[in-house]
Amino acid sequence: MELHPVQSTGPQETFVLNLGPQHPATHGVLRVKLTMDGEFINDAVIVAGYVHREHEKMGENRPWDQFLPNTGRIDYLSAMMYTHAYVGAIERACGIEVPPRAEYVRVITSELNRIASHLVWWGAYLLDLGGMTPLLYAFDDREKILDLLEALTGARLTYCYYRVGGLAEDLDDGFVEGTREFVKEFRPRLKMFRRLVSENIIFRKRVEGIGIIDAEMCRKYGATGPMIRGAGIPNDVRRAEPYSVYPELDFEIPVDPAADSMARYKVRMEEMEQSLRIIEQCLDRLPEGPVMAKVPRVLKPPEGDYCYATEAARGRFEVRIVSTGKPVAHRVRLRTPCFGNLSLFEEAARGMMLADGIAMMGSLDLVIPDIDR
Amino acid sequence: MKNIFKEVVGGFYTLTVGMGITLREFFRKPVTVHYPRESLKMPERYRSHLIFTSNDDGSSKCIACNLCVKACPTDCIIVDGEKKEGEKKKSVTKYDLDFTRCSLCGACVEVCPTDAIVFSKRYNLAATDRQQFHIIDLCRDLEERNKKKAQ
Repeated sequence: MELHPVQSTGPQETFVLNLGPQHPATHGVLRVKLTMDGEFINDAVIVAGYVHREHEKMGENRPWDQFLPNTGRIDYLSAMMYTHAYVGAIERACGIEVPPRAEYVRVITSELNRIASHLVWWGAYLLDLGGMTPLLYAFDDREKILDLLEALTGARLTYCYYRVGGLAEDLDDGFVEGTREFVKEFRPRLKMFRRLVSENIIFRKRVEGIGIIDAEMCRKYGATGPMIRGAGIPNDVRRAEPYSVYPELDFEIPVDPAADSMARYKVRMEEMEQSLRIIEQCLDRLPEGPVMAKVPRVLKPPEGDYCYATEAARGRFEVRIVSTGKPVAHRVRLRTPCFGNLSLFEEAARGMMLADGIAMMGSLDLVIPDIDR
Repeated sequence: MKNIFKEVVGGFYTLTVGMGITLREFFRKPVTVHYPRESLKMPERYRSHLIFTSNDDGSSKCIACNLCVKACPTDCIIVDGEKKEGEKKKSVTKYDLDFTRCSLCGACVEVCPTDAIVFSKRYNLAATDRQQFHIIDLCRDLEERNKKKAQ
C-alpha cells in the first residue's frame, strides 16, 4: 500500500483540545492536551499523574514481603509478572533457590495472565475503533482464565500468589486439567478472532500504515514489549535476559517489521499463540515437589543493589532494589513499560488526524496506573 | 480500476465472514449466569474478609498473639486478649478488622499459628453506611454464627 503523508491545508488557526482526564479512549485517568489544527494534531502534551499512589515510596517504608500486595496493583492486568519481578529481585539478593515446581507454576500462571491481558487489550482496542462485539467474545475467553486463576489463588485480578522463595499455595486439583482444556478450546477461538477482525476491511483500513513508530523512536523513548517487536526488533526479556525456566522452553518471539498499528496488533495476536505453546510445554514438564523454599522469617537481603526484569504483557518491567541489610528497603525503583510506551505519543502523534491518533494510542496498550504508579 | 473492484469485492467478503460468525452466536447457549436467580459457587480459596474458625465448643481458636497484626501491610487489624484463670493460653476478647483498608493479601492467614482466621466466601458485601466496613467485629460474627447454629 502506498503511504501519503498527512498534511493540513486549512487556515493557520489552532485550538487546544483536552483528551481526558476522563475519556473512554484513554482507558483511565490520563489527560492529553492536544493542539489541533482542524482535524490534525499539531502538538500533544501528556499530563500524567492523576492516579499516582507512591508505590515506590510504599516499598521503602515496610518490610520486604509486605510490599507484595502492591505489586499486583501497579499494572492490574499483568499482576503475575509484576509480582514475579519483585520476588525475583529479593530472591536474587538473598540467594534463595526456588524449587523447580514453583518456577514452572510461575511461568504457567504468568502466561495465562499474559493471554488475559492481551484479550482485554484486544477487546478494548476494537471498542476504541468502534466495534462492540469483539469485546464480548474476548471477555468470554478471559472469564475462563480468570476462573482458573480464581480457583488457584482466590482472587480474580490482584492475585498476590507468589511469595519470596516460591508460591503461596500448591496447585489445586482442577487446575492442570482446566488449563489443558482451556488451551484446547482457545486455539480455534484465536482462529475465529482472526477471521472476525484481523481480516476485516474496515479494521484494516483504520490501522494499516497508520501510527508508524519505528525502531529508532522506540529506542529513543525506551519503548519495549510489543511496541519494539512491532518495529521489527526481536527484543524480549524472556530471551534477552532469560529468567525463571524460560531458557528451557521452546517458543518464538513474534516480530513484525511494518511498525504500524497493524504490526503491533499482529505481534500481540501471535504472542497469545506462543503463550499457549509455553503453557503446554510447562504442563507436560511440571515436576513434583515442594513449592516453597526455606526462607528466613524476617528477610534481610545483604547490602547491595539488585535488579530483576520480567517481560510483562506491555513490555519490560524491572525492579531495582537497594538494600542496606535492614528488614526495610532503602530504595525500590519500578521501571514500568507503559511510561516509555506512552512518552513517544507526543512525537508520533504530530501531524496525525485525531481519529488516527486514537487508533494509535489504543495500539500502545496503556494501563494508566502503570504509568503513574 | 481493476484493483478498486478487487478491493471492494474482497472487502465485502471479509465483512460477510464477520457477520456469519456473529450470526452463528444467535444459536449458542448464553455464557452468562442470570445472577439473582442463579449464582456461581465460590471456589475453595476465594478471598473475602476474615472470619474466625472455632473449636468444638464454639469458642475461637485465637490466642491473641498479635502475629497477624505485625504481618499486616496496611495495619487494619486490632486484637486484644486476656488470660482467664485456670487456662494456659490467652483468649481473644476483641478482634476488629478495618475492611476499608484490607487488601486481602493473605499474610495474616499464613502467619496464624493456630489457624484461627480464614477467608470467608461472602461476596455480597454492600451497605449504605461506610461505617459498617470500618469495623468488622470477628468475635461478634462468631457469636452470631454460633447462635444461628444452635437454633
